[in-house]
Formats: sequence, structure tokens, C-alpha cells
Amino acid sequence: MNFREETMFTRRHLMGAAAALALLGSTGATLAQEIYIPLISKGFQHQFWQAVKQGADKAGAELGVRVSFDGPDNETQVDKQIDMLAAALANKPAAIGIAALDSQAVIPLLKKAQEAGIPVIAFDSGVDSDIPVATATTDNKAAAAMAADKMGELIGGSGKVAVVGHSQTSLTGIDRRDGFLDELRAKYPDIEVVSVEYGDGDHLKSTEITKAILAANPDIKGIFGTNEGAAIGVVNGVREMGSKIAIVGFDSGKAQKDAIRSGLMAGAITQNPVGIGYETVKAAVAASKGETLPKTIDTGFYWYDATNIDDPDIAAVLYD
Amino acid sequence: MTGTEAQPARLAPLLRAGGTHQKLLAFASLIVLVLGFSLASPRFFQVDNILSILQATSVNGVLAVGVTLIIITGGIDLSIGTMMTFCAVITGVVLTWMGAPLLVGVATAIATGAVCGLVSGTLIAKARIPPFIATLGMMLVLKGLSLIVTGTRPIYFNDTEGYTEISTGSLAGKVLPQFPLPNGVLVLFLVAGIVAWILGRTVLGRYTFALGSNEEAVRLSGVDTAAWKIAIYALAGGICGIAGLLISSRLNSAQPALGQGYELEAIAAVVIGGTSLSGGRGTILGTLIGALIMAVLTNGLRVLSVAPEWQTVVTGIIIITAVYADQIRRRGSV
Repeated sequence: MNFREETMFTRRHLMGAAAALALLGSTGATLAQEIYIPLISKGFQHQFWQAVKQGADKAGAELGVRVSFDGPDNETQVDKQIDMLAAALANKPAAIGIAALDSQAVIPLLKKAQEAGIPVIAFDSGVDSDIPVATATTDNKAAAAMAADKMGELIGGSGKVAVVGHSQTSLTGIDRRDGFLDELRAKYPDIEVVSVEYGDGDHLKSTEITKAILAANPDIKGIFGTNEGAAIGVVNGVREMGSKIAIVGFDSGKAQKDAIRSGLMAGAITQNPVGIGYETVKAAVAASKGETLPKTIDTGFYWYDATNIDDPDIAAVLYD
Repeated sequence: MTGTEAQPARLAPLLRAGGTHQKLLAFASLIVLVLGFSLASPRFFQVDNILSILQATSVNGVLAVGVTLIIITGGIDLSIGTMMTFCAVITGVVLTWMGAPLLVGVATAIATGAVCGLVSGTLIAKARIPPFIATLGMMLVLKGLSLIVTGTRPIYFNDTEGYTEISTGSLAGKVLPQFPLPNGVLVLFLVAGIVAWILGRTVLGRYTFALGSNEEAVRLSGVDTAAWKIAIYALAGGICGIAGLLISSRLNSAQPALGQGYELEAIAAVVIGGTSLSGGRGTILGTLIGALIMAVLTNGLRVLSVAPEWQTVVTGIIIITAVYADQIRRRGSV
């Protein structure tokens, strides 16, 4: 009995010591040489963010810097993102990347970063401030305007359409909605937008929204889903109701690609998520060395449909 | 509810009778809502839209039926949303990654849920962790595990023939082509029927009510309350597994990031249906009506194109009103 307790004690002791040593070792190494760049994203579970991370990791490996990637569970958790940002700043990184969920809420912390001399790179969404030395992003308004042009062509320039959005408050959500609506208003006066709803990027919620829109407007001709979850929800809802309408999506993901191949979805706008991650880290490293950067780094967007989905240029920016 | 008369056998029918008024009240609210929306929009009361509403009820309804059992025992389960997702993920692993046949997948979903419920039940009944805390912990554990198992990527069911039929196919449509009721709704009715039978006609059902009315009295009369409680959580877990089948079949994929938040919608349906959060009282029919009210409300407000932010406010007000009406009724009857 005694003997057993003693061995157990010793083992635990050893394990503790080993863990402590390992910890010391790693921080020691960090302090010594590594350039550390944390990226705070809007999430990490959507495939889009995984692709951004992939690009960030690639740049990190090429430039020999340590990159971390973290984000809250869903795109409404502004408070959690702020906590993550605070924790990342506490580590005194060389530079920091942020995809702000709320373009205002992060400003106080970004001011702190500025005072501490930590350059800030915004990615995906901009921030309502001139603190970020650069913003690596898709021009979401222009991208959504392209979606509107395609929608206009698909339905022949007149009829009813609707938007299933992914957020009523984030900058990408607002820009994609407004970019789409403004373009329709400017170029297609005969197209009537009957409904704009928000499914928070939740597939099931977006499905139910689509079905309600179809029920309320049996003569509707097209629906635009503003991100992966929204677009897949539109596809599901249309499939379940057996409707024949033009669906325009945003981003990629396997389900959306399948829907485009099968003809259920007309096509979608894809951003260049790998490029966003890559350019963010590259800009962060440059900024940490005091180089000057352009204010906006446009990472580009593309329209893809059944005809060009397998082109190498397009396939490279799509993700499953 | 300090019943010294806590003989489970006699207590149960009495309590169930107590729920009848609430059922009527909830049913009346449902009718009023349906009538109101039908008058407000000619598009609302159409076969397609009614089918949509029923289908929208299926996932939330199954979750709500499961958690009704737990709430009647005076407990709560916050993990049902992420548990549903976890079951869907494990089903995806078995079907898509391992290539097992469909029926094995169905059994896996239910078994996974039952095991999760067993763990929650044991934590609550044996380790004496309050249900709120134990299931809050489980909610996070299961959510994390879903992301770990999948590597944060969805698992698709393209290789499993007939998987999407579980939810979106229509056996009823073969008999009644004018009203192709989706299979998911049949599953909901089947689950509700079985659970109502368990609650009303079996020993497990009697102890479910008895535990919620006066657990101490049940224990003192020599019943192994821990074992029964664990059994109830496991049963509710298995039902979550069925919800996992329904949602993943409808989305043709197990989406590892979904699930959180679904527990509150299910609990709202249970409460609207007249089940008391303090335990000992509740009916499955009430829960079904509660889930239907939630679905009718969400759909109706959308069909009317009410601004999304106001939809949320109205839904909140309806939940509060439903429970307040129940309070008034009970105060009057005492």
C-alpha cells in the first residue's frame, strides 16, 4: 500500500517536472528567435476558414515565421473574438492579423496594439479605422455586384428575386447584400427583390428560410445565398420544394460544387481564401520589418459555373 | 408539490390529467396562429407550405420529445443539440468512411446517443453533479469531439444509397400523392407515439413522473432511483441519435459545427407545451404542439416577410406569453 502510493507520487512528480521543462523549453525557444504572428479569424469550422488557414500556414512555412490561427465558434460571438485578440496581444507578437466580426468593437484593442508598436493587418473584413497598416480582402461589394449581373442574365432581366444572407451585422454580410441590391437597382429596374432574410450561415435555418420564401412567392425566379451555409440552405430548400429557379451562391464547399455540377445551382462567386491567408501573413511579416504596404491588398474573386469549375485556375481557389 | 402521497403508480395518472388544460391551451394557441397567418397571407395555408412547416418541426420535435422525458424528472439536458451533431458525425464515420450498410448507420446513431445519455445520466445520478452543469459540460465535450473526429470538415453521405430518404423521401406520398408527407415527419410521429406509450403505460414512465415529483420519497420506498434516472437519460440520448439521423439526412452531410442553440429551441417547445421545468408534470402531445407552434411562428413570420429582427422579438414574446398563461391557469386552479 505504502509502496504503491510512493511510486504513484514519484511518477506524478516526474510527469509534472517533464511538462514544466517542456513548457520552459518551448517558451525559451520562442523568445530567442521566432517571429510569431497570430491570426484571429471569424471562425475556424467553416471550410472557407480552413482554406484561409492553409494559405497562412503556407506563407508561414515559406517565410520561416510561426503562425497561429484561432477564431470563435460562430459569426455572432463578437465578445469571444475580442477575448482572443486580447490574449494574442498579451503574447507580444511581431504583428497580428484580424478578421473582425464587428468592424467597431475591436478598435479599442487595436489602439493598444498600435501603442505597443504591433502592426495590425486586417483580413477578410475591414475595420472602421486607419490602424490596420493593410487590409487583405475580397472586394465583397464588387463580388456581389457580379453575382447580381449573373442573376440578371440568368432570369432574363425581370422578375422576382430574394437574398438569403449570412449576417445582418458583419461587414461581409452587409457588403454582399448591398453590393447585390445596388447593382440590381442600377442595372435591372425590372427585377423586384421580394425578401432579404438572414440564416446566420446555418444550413438548416437557411433551408427553412428558403422554403418560406418559395411558399410566399411561387413566381420567384432566383435566390442569392451570400455564403457557403446560406447557399447550401437555398439549394436544399429549392430541392425539397421541387422548384425550378436560378440559384447563385458564394464561396465553395463540396455540396455547393456538387449542386453546380448537377445543374441545380447556376453558379457561384468564389473568393481566393488561400490567397487571403497567404497575403495576410506576408504583409504581417513585411510590416514587422517596418516596410510600407498598400492600404488594400485585393485578393480577387471569380465567377464559376458548370463550364469552368474544373479549370485549373478556378479549381485552385475552390475547396471541398 | 410536496406529495407525501408519492406512490408513483397512483400519482402518475393524476399528474397527467393535470396537463390536459395546458394541452388545450397550447392547442388553442396553435389554431389561433394558423388562422391568423392564413388570414394574413393566402400563401400560408397551402399544401407545400404546411408540409414545409411539418418538416421544419421534425428535428426540433424529436429533440423536444427526448428532452421532455428529462425535464419531467426535474432535470435538464443542455447537450442535446451538440449530441445530435455528434451522433450524425459518428454515423458519417460508420457509413461514409467505413462503408457500412444503411441499417448499421441507423443503429449506430441511436447507440451513440444512448451511450452519451448514459454518461450524462451517470454523472448526474452517481457522481451527483447537477444536471445543468453535467450536461453543459457534455455539450462542450461533444461539440469538441465532433470537430476533432471530422477534422472540422463535414462528412457527406453521397455513397450511402437512400440516406437522404430517411428525412426527405415520402412513403406517405405513395399512398396519398396529394399530400406527400416527408418521412422525417413520420419518424417524429413514431418517436412521439412510442415515448408517449412509455410515459403512460410502463414502469419507466411511472418512475419518470415520480422522480420529478418527489425523488426522495421514491428512493425511501426502496427504488434504485439512480438506475432509473440513468435509463431515462440514455433513452433521451437514443432519441437525440434519431434527431441526428434526421438532420444529417436532410443536409446529406454531418456538419460538425452545427448543433449549439438547438437545445434551447427544443426546451422552448417543451415549455410551451406545458411541461413544468420543476418536474413531475408534462405530456408528449403538449411537446409536439409546442414544437409545431415554434415552427408555425417562424414560417408564418417569414411568409409575411416580417423583418428578421422583429421575428426574433415576436418569438421571444410568444414563449413568455405561453408560459405566463400556464402560470395563471395553475394559480387559478390551486
